[in-house]
Amino acid sequence: MCLAVPAEIKSIDGTTAKVDFGGVMRQVNLSLVNAKVGDFVIVHAGYAIEVLDKEEAEKTLQLFRELLAQDDIEA
Amino acid sequence: MFRLRDREMSRQIMGELEKMRLDITLMHVCGTHQDTLIRFGLDSEFQRIGVDIRQGPGCPVCVTPPQEIEMTMALAKAGITIAAFGDLMKVPGESQSLNEIKAEGGDIRIVFGVDDAVDLARHSQKEVVFVGIGFETTAPTTASALLSNPPENFSVLSCHRTVPPALKAIASMGEIKLHGMIQPGHVSTVIGTAPYEFLSREHRIPQVVAGFEPLDLMMAVYLLAKQQSEGRAEVQNEYSRVVRPDGNPSALRAMRDAFSPTDSVWRGFPVIPSSGLSVRKELEKHDAAKRFVDIVAPIQDKEYEEPEGCRCGEMLRGIITSDECPLFGTKCTPQNPIGPCMVSREGSCHISHRYRRAKKGSV
Ligand code: SF4
Repeated sequence: MCLAVPAEIKSIDGTTAKVDFGGVMRQVNLSLVNAKVGDFVIVHAGYAIEVLDKEEAEKTLQLFRELLAQDDIEA
Repeated sequence: MFRLRDREMSRQIMGELEKMRLDITLMHVCGTHQDTLIRFGLDSEFQRIGVDIRQGPGCPVCVTPPQEIEMTMALAKAGITIAAFGDLMKVPGESQSLNEIKAEGGDIRIVFGVDDAVDLARHSQKEVVFVGIGFETTAPTTASALLSNPPENFSVLSCHRTVPPALKAIASMGEIKLHGMIQPGHVSTVIGTAPYEFLSREHRIPQVVAGFEPLDLMMAVYLLAKQQSEGRAEVQNEYSRVVRPDGNPSALRAMRDAFSPTDSVWRGFPVIPSSGLSVRKELEKHDAAKRFVDIVAPIQDKEYEEPEGCRCGEMLRGIITSDECPLFGTKCTPQNPIGPCMVSREGSCHISHRYRRAKKGSV
């Protein structure tokens, strides 16, 4: 039911959006999120349940790196 | 960009974990986490370095008790159109499964979400009951449909459940000593991180909300191991690219407006207080439990035996793994499942079985 990979919103018509799951197009209900074309959303049972924060996604790896580097110094 | 599959970093994390000489047991409650763990062989990698990870009650179809399966079948037998997720079809009831009732002429449709069920009702003269199964990821979708003025002939048999009360039950039952919990990324997108805090505060359990890439899980284990070794117990959010601390307010509002918390039976557990969601009184004309009370109510309090020999209950409480069930892969397979953990694609036995076969096949 839950797809771990985010989908990109291609177009919006009212509360319905067409999204792209890496090449596969699907229709999803947008009523639970504030999203715009170009956003990446997490989709569950036909509904977008959250919008992915692209900046945070890029920050995550950086944070991981810093944490590991810090441990290496401490060790 | 979002795949988070950095080989060098994976090696580094596993190396750091190995240096820590761990001997810990962790639990997660999500079929998608279990899929990542087994598919990438991470479970055995972790075991090798002293980290045992169990799937708890994190498969919605698996925790659905026999009563709700029987109610669904009784509604179908009464000529009502049932709209259900595909995973439910093969779950063995006392004498039949939904699949068998469908084969006998029952009008049972597989849907991908509640909106399909609403559409079905719109184009039908018959009563349509959507079987609402799932945690806080699915419950808001059912709520949203209930609140969007659905057709008169549409109702919901709410089998929705919420995760934090089940975590509380696991921690209080004390059957398994947990050194940390990996919390489900997508349930957390809806509820945020605050609802987990009591576990760290009251039960001293370190927690990390995690995403679904291998690196997410490695990082979660690493953060938990660090909390453990430093004597900390808190909720950390590794999945901040999707999970905000206070969750998704629209989804939470929809859930609150459509449902009220109720005590609920989970397969393998005693009644868990406030862990179920029943349709609010204001929406009761769309509540299948009220609309078809004559069919549903007599089943509510009946006792049902678990399938003979099936150890799903212990699986769902994290006490055993699939391999420890003597029926796994012999008498119980996805083609002939004995318990729901082998039926649902999110069930631990099904996941182990599908990748065990894949691994064997590749040798
Ligand atoms: S292998 Fe089958 S019988 Fe055993 S616990 Fe899993 S579902 Fe139940």
